[in-house]
Amino acid sequence: MSYITVKNLEVGYERKTITEPINFKVDKQDYLCIVGENGTGKSTLMKTLLGLIRPISGEITFGDGLKANEIGYLPQQTVVQRDFPASVKEIVLSGCQGRAGFRPFYNKEEKMLAKENMERMGIGQLADHCYRELSGGQQQRVLLARALCATRKVLLLDEPVSGLDPKVTAEMYDLIKNLNSEGITVIMISHDIAAAVKYATHILHIGNNIFYGSRDEYLESDEGKFFLSNREEGKKNAG
Amino acid sequence: MLDKLFTYLQHPIVVKALIVGVLISLCSSLFGVTLVLKRYSFIGDGLSHVAFGAIAIATVFNLTNNMLLVLPVTVICAVLLLKTGQNTKIKGDAAIAMISVGALALGYLIMNVFSTSANISGDVCSTLFGSTSILTLSTTEVVLCIVLSVVVIAIFILFYNKIFAVTFDENFSKASGVRANAYNFLIAVVIAVIIVLAMNLVGSLLISALIIFPALSAMRLFNSFRSVTVFSAVFAVICSLLGLIISILAGTPVGSTIVAADVVAFLICCIIGIAVKNRASSH
Ligand SMILES: Nc1ncnc2c1ncn2[C@@H]1O[C@H](COP(=O)(O)OP(=O)(O)OP(=O)(O)O)[C@@H](O)[C@H]1O
Ligand SMILES: [Mg+2]
Repeated sequence: MSYITVKNLEVGYERKTITEPINFKVDKQDYLCIVGENGTGKSTLMKTLLGLIRPISGEITFGDGLKANEIGYLPQQTVVQRDFPASVKEIVLSGCQGRAGFRPFYNKEEKMLAKENMERMGIGQLADHCYRELSGGQQQRVLLARALCATRKVLLLDEPVSGLDPKVTAEMYDLIKNLNSEGITVIMISHDIAAAVKYATHILHIGNNIFYGSRDEYLESDEGKFFLSNREEGKKNAG
Repeated sequence: MLDKLFTYLQHPIVVKALIVGVLISLCSSLFGVTLVLKRYSFIGDGLSHVAFGAIAIATVFNLTNNMLLVLPVTVICAVLLLKTGQNTKIKGDAAIAMISVGALALGYLIMNVFSTSANISGDVCSTLFGSTSILTLSTTEVVLCIVLSVVVIAIFILFYNKIFAVTFDENFSKASGVRANAYNFLIAVVIAVIIVLAMNLVGSLLISALIIFPALSAMRLFNSFRSVTVFSAVFAVICSLLGLIISILAGTPVGSTIVAADVVAFLICCIIGIAVKNRASSH
């Protein structure tokens, strides 16, 4: 059985659907990229997968030992207020809150986990820094470390590289790819189709037509061909 | 001067006032940080006006123990207000303003139409600005206040990590299996209790000050949630002690004196904050 199976899922707000029915499944160690234009419902789909919004119809089933709260999430925009006083350590630790359950304080294991994940994301030396004074790329790493504290299995990333410069973007992609090869399943929303085609094993395209398939199938599909032809043209124009 | 203070401190009334004053400021400041960060700074104002309206109704019906009406009504409003949170049509601040103004007007209207007391504006004034009622506290009231404060502080400490997680990022918390709605509900109930308690001390108009000033001052100086929380608790205790002592010695109104102390301390924190930043950037 797959980690996540989605059948005829329609998502939307206040009973109004914004997508066609979506079907896909995510297996262990998949790297699924969700692509599509602005406003087609990618973030909404992700929030529905996380249980933040109710699906309008269809079903989502979790299997293969994955529980609904064993998912790490990196939001598209964290509505963190600019003046929120919080240290990097406090934020990363808060990722352990789900596993702490009713226990009021974090135990040694959780503190270790937070420390490990900060090291893993290369922000160990920033532990006592204030989150709001970090650069965009550093902030993304903090949130990724927090997401890693919440899961050992699946990461849901909503545009993790938006607003980052090309160098930091490439670093971020490498980090995510490494996590994926270490065994973590990745579901990522991205507008960067070139990167999606480069890193992903599967692609879900949301728009007027829904496409789901492996990377190679996507390159053969109409949506994929459309993108590729655009890119060639773009190259010609640029050159 | 000190002699005078010591003679006053012999009076059980003064001691009671000090205990109650410090405890209430402490409780408000602890949850103040969360409220300010959730953009609910004015909830103190709003809810205290609701409590004022409820007191008016209780007075009209001659309820002997008006807490029986005031507390539940305030709790319900707190829950409704904090629920409006992110996904509703009327945003938090507008909802608070609506309820606040509505309840205040209604309360005054009811008092005016039905009250048997000759001195309506006096009654209203003391409800809004805090009478000297902190100096007329009975022992039962003091004990009740101590018990509730201990409960509030215990809840805050036990749920500290959860409150942080939910305040910092509600969606992430929900996604990782934290019962964010339950904790928001808990926060709302506790806040309602604090506000009803605090009305005795500073009156409904000045409750916001007890909630906002310690948090804002701490945020000028500190960068982590923990240090901000600790500092605002210390700030609140010192300011309310100072305010109470000054008001007793100088015979000024209790509520306004405490708030004046808060304002002065806030300005000092601002200046220190700016100085520290300048030093840091000049190095
Ligand atoms: N809270 C909301 N209530 C009602 N409608 C919403 C809400 N949030 C988003 N929408 C609508 O749902 C549609 C899909 O939004 P969504 O955020 O899922 O798009 P997206 O694919 O993530 O776009 P982007 O690439 O810009 O992030 C949009 O048309 C948007 O207007
Ligand atoms: Mg989006």
